[in-house]
Amino acid sequence: MNKETKNNSNSVGLVERQYFSFAESPNEMVLENGERLGPITIAYETYGKLNTNADNAILITHALSGDAHVAGYHSENDDKPGWWDFMVGSGKPFDTDKYFIICSNVLGGCMGTTGPGSINPKSGEPYNLNFPVVTIGDMVKAQKQLIDHLGVKRLMSAIGGSMGGMQALEWAIEYPEMVASVIPIATTSRLGAQGIAFNEVGRQAIFADANWKKGNYLNHDCNPAHGLVVARMLAHITYLSEESMHKKFGRRLRDRERYGYDFSSDFEVESYLRYQGESFIQRFDANTYLYITKAIDYFDLNRDYGSLENAFKNVNCKFLVISFTSDWLFTTAQSKEIVKALKINRKHVSFCEIPSKYGHDSFLLRNEDMEQMLESFLSHVYDKPKKL
Amino acid sequence: MSSIKSEHIRPDLELIAGLVKDKSTVLDLGCGEGELLHKLIQEKDVQGHGVEFSDKYIYSCVNKDVPVIHADLNEGLDDYPDNSFDYVILSRTLQVVKRPDIVLKEMLRVGEKCIISLPNFGFWKIRSQLLLKGKMPVTKTLPYHWYDTPNIHLSTIKDFKQFCQNKNIKIINQIYINNDRSNKWLANLLPNCFANLAIFTIQNGT
Repeated sequence: MNKETKNNSNSVGLVERQYFSFAESPNEMVLENGERLGPITIAYETYGKLNTNADNAILITHALSGDAHVAGYHSENDDKPGWWDFMVGSGKPFDTDKYFIICSNVLGGCMGTTGPGSINPKSGEPYNLNFPVVTIGDMVKAQKQLIDHLGVKRLMSAIGGSMGGMQALEWAIEYPEMVASVIPIATTSRLGAQGIAFNEVGRQAIFADANWKKGNYLNHDCNPAHGLVVARMLAHITYLSEESMHKKFGRRLRDRERYGYDFSSDFEVESYLRYQGESFIQRFDANTYLYITKAIDYFDLNRDYGSLENAFKNVNCKFLVISFTSDWLFTTAQSKEIVKALKINRKHVSFCEIPSKYGHDSFLLRNEDMEQMLESFLSHVYDKPKKL
Repeated sequence: MSSIKSEHIRPDLELIAGLVKDKSTVLDLGCGEGELLHKLIQEKDVQGHGVEFSDKYIYSCVNKDVPVIHADLNEGLDDYPDNSFDYVILSRTLQVVKRPDIVLKEMLRVGEKCIISLPNFGFWKIRSQLLLKGKMPVTKTLPYHWYDTPNIHLSTIKDFKQFCQNKNIKIINQIYINNDRSNKWLANLLPNCFANLAIFTIQNGT
């Protein structure tokens, strides 16, 4: 652990996960598929302070494997800070001296928000696959309840990468009067066949694990760990780029001089992926992986609104769309589709394809260009919260 | 608040800004660091955005709160419907695109009027370098060498006018500039020889 980082004056320091519950019976939340879900608990964290006008709030929406813990540490013994720590804090792009930052774990998640692993109050058992299939729209609808609860009338910005970007777009469309700006990063208005295919292979890996028990593993006191490891290993490859993998691992062997002529991990890249998979299962739930990948697959603004142009017809905020050169999972072409539809609607939109070697994961890594752009974009929104 | 001042922009951009009507819609192709759009948005309440190829310039535009799209002009303006802007501006950029004729056609499709500034390769200093020294000209306006220049389609004022005539493009306004102020009257008298930069406002002929 890097003590210096933790004691860094720019870190938000020790933070606490908070909870908000709503949708108690008989006021359950109506989901996109028509089912009712309640009660719902949302786990969230906030950084900075909401000002008296309540117009300095920024919602960060997380990606598939993320959670509400964006910045700081939960305890002195934490090895790592939150997943976007370099972005959130005093003097950082999401400057906690100016802004009030909110991030919540998505509906269907496994980091404190109601999901398939939560107890179904009707049965007293975990929901497992009785949990309804939720959508990105449902996730945002639940976030809206939290934002209302926090007393925020209008978000200064909704921002997220990958699946987080999908939520940010959904915010702009569904609650146009509630967001002043939206920053979708490395995202798309709909996944292509390739993206759905990767998600499906991940799900099949989980189904194929004998410990999955048709989703009821919690009742059997077991865990489809291997299936989830394989799903994560595959997904992790799609987050990198050929160049970054080559640079990081090449054909280097792991702890040996020559081939083992067996099936242990010879190559460094193999053991790296295994390590990634193993650490993922420590914090992630297999059923949540199924539900969230499904939500990503279903997300399709073109289908939901007739066309992408139509989807953005009533949006009422500034956009900053960002993609990365080496991202082959959520490509620049996909970002450009979003930009084109916004342009046709004459919305205030800026778009930049940032040069980066690190593939889809680029948005999670330090990048001076991205940080500078977000900082200046946000400061302009902050300076003119009323005028668009 | 933004501390960027719009007073000190390139003189040709200043002149272009003067041609744009208040509250109009503007597409600025190759907008660079967004100086012109920033001025137009601040002073003329213009609605519009820039298109720029260099990511570093994009950052400068975002820093000025100028909406900008990262794109390559050579890939066309397919994203824009016909007549979607009052003005499409292209300053000192026509000579770097792969097919100036196609870019101009696209500009005229997308904009009601187009404002174009271009360096004049018929300028006397350029002519004399080629004629007397027998070398490819290097000037203040065109400072590159033959081997590293991005300017792959240079033209003279005469060339451009002839092009417009051939393509039935109407020139509705022209401004000739000479860096040397004393020769201003000469630039207007014999522009193809004494103006080093020209600004044309064009639209489709009927």
